[in-house]
Amino acid sequence: MPRREDLHKILLIGSGPIVIGQAAEFDYSGTQACRVLMQEGYEVVLVNSNPATIMTDPEVATATYIEPLLPGPVAQVIARERPDALLPTLGGQTALNLAKVLHDDGTLARHGVELIGADYEAIDRAEDRERFRQTMTDAGLRVPRSAIVRTVAEACEAVAEVGLPFIIRPAFTLGGTGGGVVRDEHDLARLVERGLAASPIGQVLIEESVLGWGEFELEVMRDRADNVVVVCSIENLDPMGVHTGDSVCVAPQQTLTDKQFQALRDQAITVIRAVGVETGGSNVQFAVNPATDEIVVIEMNPRVSRSSALASKATGFPIAKIAARLAVGYTLQEIPNDITSATPASFEPAVDYCVVKWPRFAFEKFPGAEAGLTTHMKSVGEAMAIGRTFKQAFAKALRSRELDARPRSPADDETLLDLLARPGAERFDHVLEALRRGLDPAEVHRRTSIDPWFLHELADLARDPDAPFAGERTFKSVDTCAAEFAAQTPYYYSAWERPGRNGTPHEVDRGRRPSVIILGSGPNRIGQGIEFDYCCVHAAQTVRELGRDAVMINCNPETVSTDYDTSDRLYFEPLTLEDVMGVCALEQPEGVIVQFGGQTPLKLAAGLHAAGVPILGTGIEAIDLAEDRSRFSALLERCGYRAPPYATAKSEAEALQCAPKVGFPLLVRPSYVLGGRAMEIVYSVEGLLDYLERVGTEPGAAIYLDRFLEDSIEVDVDALCDGDAVWVAGIMQHVEEAGIHSGDSACVLPPHSLGAEMLTRLRRETAGIARALGVVGLINVQFAIHGEDLYVIEANPRASRTVPFVSKAIGLPLAKLACRVMLGTRIAELGVPAHTANGHVCVKEVVLPFDRFAGADSLLGPEMRSTGEVMGVAPDFPTAFAKAQAAAGAKLPDRGTAVITVADRDKPAATGVATVLDNLGFRIIATHGTAQAIRRMGIPAEPINKLGEGSPHVVDWIERGEVDLVVNTPVGTGARADGYEIRAAAVARGIPCVTTMTGAIAAARAIAANRRGDPEVLSLQEIHA
Amino acid sequence: MSEATAYVLLADGARFDGIACGADRPAVGEVVFTTSMSGYQEAMTDPSYAGQLIAFTYPQIGNYGVSAEASESDRVHARAAIMRAAVNREDAPGAERGWLDWLSDGGVAAITDVDTRALVRHIRDAGAMKGGVFPASVPEVEARELIAAEPEMRGRDLARAVTPPRRTVLEGPPGGPRIAIIDTGVKLSIVRNLRERGATLELHPCSADAGELLAGDPDAIFLANGPGDPGALDYIVDTVRELVGRRPVYGICLGHQLLCRAVGLETYKLPFGHHGANHPVKDLTTCRIEITSQNHGFAVLGPDGARTIDRDEAVRWETDFGAAELTHINLYDRTVEGLALREVQGATVQYHPEAGPGPHDARYLFDRFLHEISAVASH
Repeated sequence: MPRREDLHKILLIGSGPIVIGQAAEFDYSGTQACRVLMQEGYEVVLVNSNPATIMTDPEVATATYIEPLLPGPVAQVIARERPDALLPTLGGQTALNLAKVLHDDGTLARHGVELIGADYEAIDRAEDRERFRQTMTDAGLRVPRSAIVRTVAEACEAVAEVGLPFIIRPAFTLGGTGGGVVRDEHDLARLVERGLAASPIGQVLIEESVLGWGEFELEVMRDRADNVVVVCSIENLDPMGVHTGDSVCVAPQQTLTDKQFQALRDQAITVIRAVGVETGGSNVQFAVNPATDEIVVIEMNPRVSRSSALASKATGFPIAKIAARLAVGYTLQEIPNDITSATPASFEPAVDYCVVKWPRFAFEKFPGAEAGLTTHMKSVGEAMAIGRTFKQAFAKALRSRELDARPRSPADDETLLDLLARPGAERFDHVLEALRRGLDPAEVHRRTSIDPWFLHELADLARDPDAPFAGERTFKSVDTCAAEFAAQTPYYYSAWERPGRNGTPHEVDRGRRPSVIILGSGPNRIGQGIEFDYCCVHAAQTVRELGRDAVMINCNPETVSTDYDTSDRLYFEPLTLEDVMGVCALEQPEGVIVQFGGQTPLKLAAGLHAAGVPILGTGIEAIDLAEDRSRFSALLERCGYRAPPYATAKSEAEALQCAPKVGFPLLVRPSYVLGGRAMEIVYSVEGLLDYLERVGTEPGAAIYLDRFLEDSIEVDVDALCDGDAVWVAGIMQHVEEAGIHSGDSACVLPPHSLGAEMLTRLRRETAGIARALGVVGLINVQFAIHGEDLYVIEANPRASRTVPFVSKAIGLPLAKLACRVMLGTRIAELGVPAHTANGHVCVKEVVLPFDRFAGADSLLGPEMRSTGEVMGVAPDFPTAFAKAQAAAGAKLPDRGTAVITVADRDKPAATGVATVLDNLGFRIIATHGTAQAIRRMGIPAEPINKLGEGSPHVVDWIERGEVDLVVNTPVGTGARADGYEIRAAAVARGIPCVTTMTGAIAAARAIAANRRGDPEVLSLQEIHA
Repeated sequence: MSEATAYVLLADGARFDGIACGADRPAVGEVVFTTSMSGYQEAMTDPSYAGQLIAFTYPQIGNYGVSAEASESDRVHARAAIMRAAVNREDAPGAERGWLDWLSDGGVAAITDVDTRALVRHIRDAGAMKGGVFPASVPEVEARELIAAEPEMRGRDLARAVTPPRRTVLEGPPGGPRIAIIDTGVKLSIVRNLRERGATLELHPCSADAGELLAGDPDAIFLANGPGDPGALDYIVDTVRELVGRRPVYGICLGHQLLCRAVGLETYKLPFGHHGANHPVKDLTTCRIEITSQNHGFAVLGPDGARTIDRDEAVRWETDFGAAELTHINLYDRTVEGLALREVQGATVQYHPEAGPGPHDARYLFDRFLHEISAVASH
């Protein structure tokens, strides 16, 4: 069956901002799908709110809409573009849910849009718990005993049948939001209630616990002719009870016999047929009781997923690419296997290596949060490693995590064993430690239910970590067929093998062209995410355009950079000096690009340089100059630029001594990175004392003290320098005032309230710094404007997080231009315009994962906590801001009740916000002090009680659902300021909560803009035409 | 790196070192590789591997131990296991023994820590060839002599080595079809699949003549899988030739090749065979693609003596018994995977619908065969 000729224009929905449970894997799959459909000659319309994606690059689709992923804007796009079909299976749960809504509200039918990939019925059968269960039972498969409940009372009733412990699974949520394990009656009400709140339809499934059973996933694909293949099996080392996204996983499965595995395979095929996914990929999860061979079906996702991205990278079988072709009518047999090019895609990959995936966590960013692992996903990224054996792969994955510090295990064996019983982020570090100490694997098994096979392998590894790496390093191919056919696609991993008679020949065909190595950014983590992968992909594209072979090294399976189509050669390797040098030895590259992958490659620059590997672009001397505080400070002085006063103290006593000289308030942090709970603003000596006590300092380690410029405006500048000429690409004004990490602050381009003179100074100082550092490539400079004064906060001679945003906003690919400069092009030869204004305002807003970390404060601060970003584009700032807020999921209310409770210093600004809201018809309630200040200006504000003043107090108001908008700024200097409960209540109920005054003013203006009606949707191609 | 205690030597001189992990003795034969990722015990006990040494492309072997139910016959037939990372885990759930203990006790040579991928790439490019696994103490000169002394696979009758000495009957429920099997090393999975469908089975030695095979008045003749070159089994081919047209004849793997030879078609040796669990085969009657278990070194020539068939069509070509129709084709290399005789009752497949190890996609073939048998029997 060839491609469908009745379709011409296809709409694709992306997955929006990176959030926990939905990350870069959907950029990988979405980009593949867009490209395939374009190659097939279809017009592709894409809607995605996330500018930091390759899929939103203008050449990837015919029309690209960076708009909120909400029914309204998507319906507008549909009305405007009139697509023939909607492919909803490549944008994660977000796209699937949106497609469902657009079907239910009649939009698709009204415009004659056909759902392809998975039809409405199939989506519903897979997603609706009750229907799924029924479908499985009808197909003769076993599912855990369960009941659907809509109230806590129903849950209490159902326990009799289901039994304890049981699992809570809310309907229609992603990454298991609101899920959990109820072990006794005591937890029941609280956890069921949380689950009901998380489900958009107020429905949760409570389910027989299969805790401790083995957890397996199969990636299945089906075509229109009903052919089904199982692409890959994945086994979780963590038994059932830990979300698969948080589990250490291995592919293919290791512990099942052929009979057991074939039973799973048969069932997976039955599941995809029964659910009725006619074309595309699905993920089916099973629990297997190894003692009894019992199998239960846990769930199926009728779409590509994080696991399908992992399976694609693990096998070389590009699931998303093939799913897109299947959706437009091809059958598996008609699609060639890229890797062999001689065989069709209607096969199942055979692998001759092991793949291990490790999750990357960020609990240290969320003090107070429950750190246990449950069915509710909490990891922020992942690293994958390929090895010839399980031990090689596991050890490579361990080092791919790039932890700041090695986890420490308790000294006492019994405490350690107890710790093992409770799954946590460092569980396998503790398992290795226990085994290293010689504790009995059988005892470890008893505590963890981890399959003994893994424990034996880990015991070997713990005893002798170097043993798997004896022999010689050789590079082998990922070829989908275990070497049965010759591979065409250059996708490699390092293996250690016993040398043969003629050594261990590499499988890499290096060719004769010069190569440039691009170092990726490793596992996503807070502060280093998809933005850097975007830059690395652009670098690879540019290197190829400039006649070199692009060589990518990275270990993040979610990303576009680790798509074998992105580079000429892909090495799936940990980003450590030793591993990178292994590739360099073989490649003998013209140079290595370290500026695009964030801190990860930058940390390797000095070592590479010392080993004689050429670093392209900005040299290591410039990197050091920018990073060394005193050298950089001297440089600024030479240039005549100002920086906030600072001091470096070598002890707590010295910190207390020099603090008054620097002047309060102070931004204080230790020089060593201690997992992040490090940076804070203190307002007094008492505050500093409290900080030092809580954070503690290591003897001999320095403490940095910087004057914090309160109420200043922060500005980010991204620029390009060829060592001489400088081109300023974008100036971004932060919406939140200084003190909020730039990665967590909304920002606007062009700046909405800076004068021409200030902009000139910003350009001049950026250029001055870039030249003084000797930057060749990208530089990002952060400034603070305090009154009339301009201060330089820091300069980073590398790609910044804002590069993709700026690129999308100005319509010029900043990273590509930088890459050209690094390879010798002068800025004058780039043909870039001096000014980049195009009449539109772009706002970047961030998304925060507080709903994942019950117990952590949702306050913004100098420590970055956001996982992703969105962009709003409009002709004016308030509209663009409103779009960005909507896209970030903080949909601002257009009427209702606003509660305002702010610190004393914010009271003048709060009255301004109250005025705007009052004009818009909001009812304003405020705690006594704030209410008084507002009323003084003649604005009606009802006073309500603070938390300590008795019920009904402000939290009661929020919990009763009587509040639509919360404006709360922190009071006091402690870690847990008074507003904690207010913010926690707002986060729990999904009520927009603004924690800065500048943010509140922008929000008020955005609400006013929203009132003027739905803003127009515009494609990037139109904006930059 | 621990010192090598054994090595693999191929007839062309290629050598791969490793660690001995089975019986401490040399083993020679044809070195083949399987890409199946599970089912190591099934492979070693599959009589079709007689005379061969198996290199497992999947590195981790032995993970779940061994158990009686996973055996495809009463003993190990492969001559050695060549592996990358073998383990002996007896504490796996469901394991009755550790894999390496089982190999050693069975006197089976085994080697691990071998760069099996390098070995497999060598065989892929140079073709399957003779070779052996040798303890490090055996000098290479001696090893070469042992390899040279081993007969070539082409022209080799291995059926006699694996066939049972006398006939046995496995009674099924009354009323079920009676099937006479020429047992050239039948896998237990085939026996199981036929018995599960109610058949009574007569297992005959491969030397049985037509009279002996028809003595029990079977409803059909079944030609089993088995080792070696079908070209060396003319005595069986002659027997089958007498049976075609008198009874429905079905065959799997070697049985497929034997039936084809019996009706006048030719077989040839593949460069390195098909051994694995992931080959796509298209059923040309339903147009469905099934993922199949494969284990054969020889194949049947198509129309006009062609090794491959370009189109997915149920092409017909003449045999001594009328038209044969292509029913199954391999989508990897487009070789013949199955055919049906159109003027007499008979059908065969080259691959393994019984799985063991491998996917179950093709089990419907047993239903198809048995349906045809009962349709004929009821006339």
